[in-house]
This record gives sequence, C-alpha cells and structure tokens, in this order.
Amino acid sequence: MRDNPVLRVVTKIIVPVIFLFALYVQFHGDYGPGGGFQAGVIFAAGLILYGLIFGTESIRCLISTRFLRALIAAGLLLFASVGFLPLLMGWNYLDYDALGQNPLSGQHLGIFLVELGVGITVAAVMVTIFVAFAGRRDS
Amino acid sequence: MVEAVNIVLLGLLVITAVAAIRLHDLFAVVMMFGIYSLLAATVFVVLDAVDVAFTEAAVGVGISTILMLTTLGLVGRWERRPVHRPFLPLLVVVVTGAALIYGTLDMPHFGDPDAPVHQHVAPRYLEQSPDEIGIPNVVTGVLASYRGYDTLGELTVIFTAGVGVLALLGIRRRRQDEATRER
Repeated sequence: MRDNPVLRVVTKIIVPVIFLFALYVQFHGDYGPGGGFQAGVIFAAGLILYGLIFGTESIRCLISTRFLRALIAAGLLLFASVGFLPLLMGWNYLDYDALGQNPLSGQHLGIFLVELGVGITVAAVMVTIFVAFAGRRDS
Repeated sequence: MVEAVNIVLLGLLVITAVAAIRLHDLFAVVMMFGIYSLLAATVFVVLDAVDVAFTEAAVGVGISTILMLTTLGLVGRWERRPVHRPFLPLLVVVVTGAALIYGTLDMPHFGDPDAPVHQHVAPRYLEQSPDEIGIPNVVTGVLASYRGYDTLGELTVIFTAGVGVLALLGIRRRRQDEATRER
C-alpha cells in the first residue's frame, strides 16, 4: 500500500484529525459520551492506520518499542497510584474525595487522572498487539 | 417507528451472522464481522447506550478487523476443509442456545421499571451523582468513581492481554533478530 499516492495523502491528512478526536474524547469524557477506553482505542487506530500505510517500521521510528512497553505499565501504575493517594491521607482506596479542596474538585481530578491512565494503557496495548502481529510478516 | 428500526437492524444482524458462517473466503468473513459490529453499534445507539456504541464501533469495527486482517496475512485467505463432522458441535450449540432462550423467559420485560437491575444501585447513582461526583456524564462517573475497582480490574485485564501477546509474539521475534545478527 506504500505506493498508492491516494492512500498516502489521505492518511497524512486524516491521522492528525483522528489524534485530535481521540484527545477530545479523552478530555471531554466527563461531559459527553466517551472516556479513557474509547480515546485510547481511537488514538491507537490513528497510529495503526499510519502503520498500515507506511509500514510498521514507521511506527517504531515514531515511538520506540521500549517506550511503548513502558507506557503499557505506566497507565496501569497511574491508575493504581491515584488510588493509593487517598489511602496515604487516611481515606479509602480510590476515594477521590480526598484529592481536592472539596469532594467535587477531588472527584474531578481523580476521574481525570484515572481516565488518563486507562487511555494510555489501552492505546499502548492496542498498538503493541498490532505491531507484534504485523511485524511477524516482515521478519 | 423504533420497532421498525429494531426489526430491520436485528434482521440485518441475523443475515450478516448467517453470511459469515456460510462464506469460505475468510477475507469476506472478516468484512462480515466488521458489518456485524457496525450494526451492533447502531443497535446500542437505538438503546441510548452511546458510550457502549462508541466502544463497539472503535474496537469491533476498527481494531479487531485490522487484527484479523493481519492474521489473515499470516495464515492465508481461504478456509480449509474441516476434518470433523459438524453434527455433534451443532447439537451442542442448539441445546445451549435453547437453554439460554429458555432462561430469558423468566427475565423481566425490556425497559420494565420494576426490574431488579433498575431497583438496586442504579437509582442511587442517578440521583446522587450530581451532588457526589458533579460531572454531567453519569456513565463516566459510575465507571471511574463508583465502580473504580471494577475499572482498575478491567485495565489490569487489558494490561495482561498486552503482556501475554508480547510474551507469545514479541520475545520470539527478538531471539530471531539476535540470531540473524550473530550470522
């Protein structure tokens, strides 16, 4: 598919829009439909489209494999450690009320961080699985 | 009007499923799976479950179709002739399906406000979440805050899936790379 000019041009136009939409779904999930899981999948779909058209090597140039693997753990760690913060302050595990000046702002911050963790891990896992599958054919 | 939309969508779902079973061109089967997921996402929109429809559209239509296509690139496009007879699996599937349909006869009607699922914690979440969580999307509030443990568990499942794929496919690849480098 690398030789098809239409696919190359359209991909270069559409991939930034997909990334932007993924970020919108991620950070607007409190107000509209969406959230970390959907945003992570959409972000991964953008990267996978880029990899489909320009080859999986181009994904590896963009994000190194080590960094991608670190991101898989980083998202889950972010989620789990946000849960531990209230525990250190004498509240229950994952009780976001403790994180802010008042319970509502604490909930806002907690949900924001947790959804970010979900998005990071989901996107990294999806891209990793795609690279692992598609990379086997190249080798 | 909604009934007509539901009948058309569910009918198309059945047609797509049967077509996916009948076809032997695996490329076409993958396309059928994609259409099936898209129809399922539309059904979720009709049921007002926009968040679920979003996920189904992104995962079912997008990612899983691409993963199945990359797998097809490895295993070939045409289905092999099955080595076993289909009658015993067919019997098992029919019996299981009949048991499941028999089980649904006891369930409350769709949208019944007295159904147990609408009497348990859901009313409390809907009534208290503006005061306790304060974000307009109750689904996000339930997923991330009320059901934070469950979401953490789900994320751990996804993490484990990623680690599993890396363990099966990633490590072996690296050994091959080292082998070629030594040569």
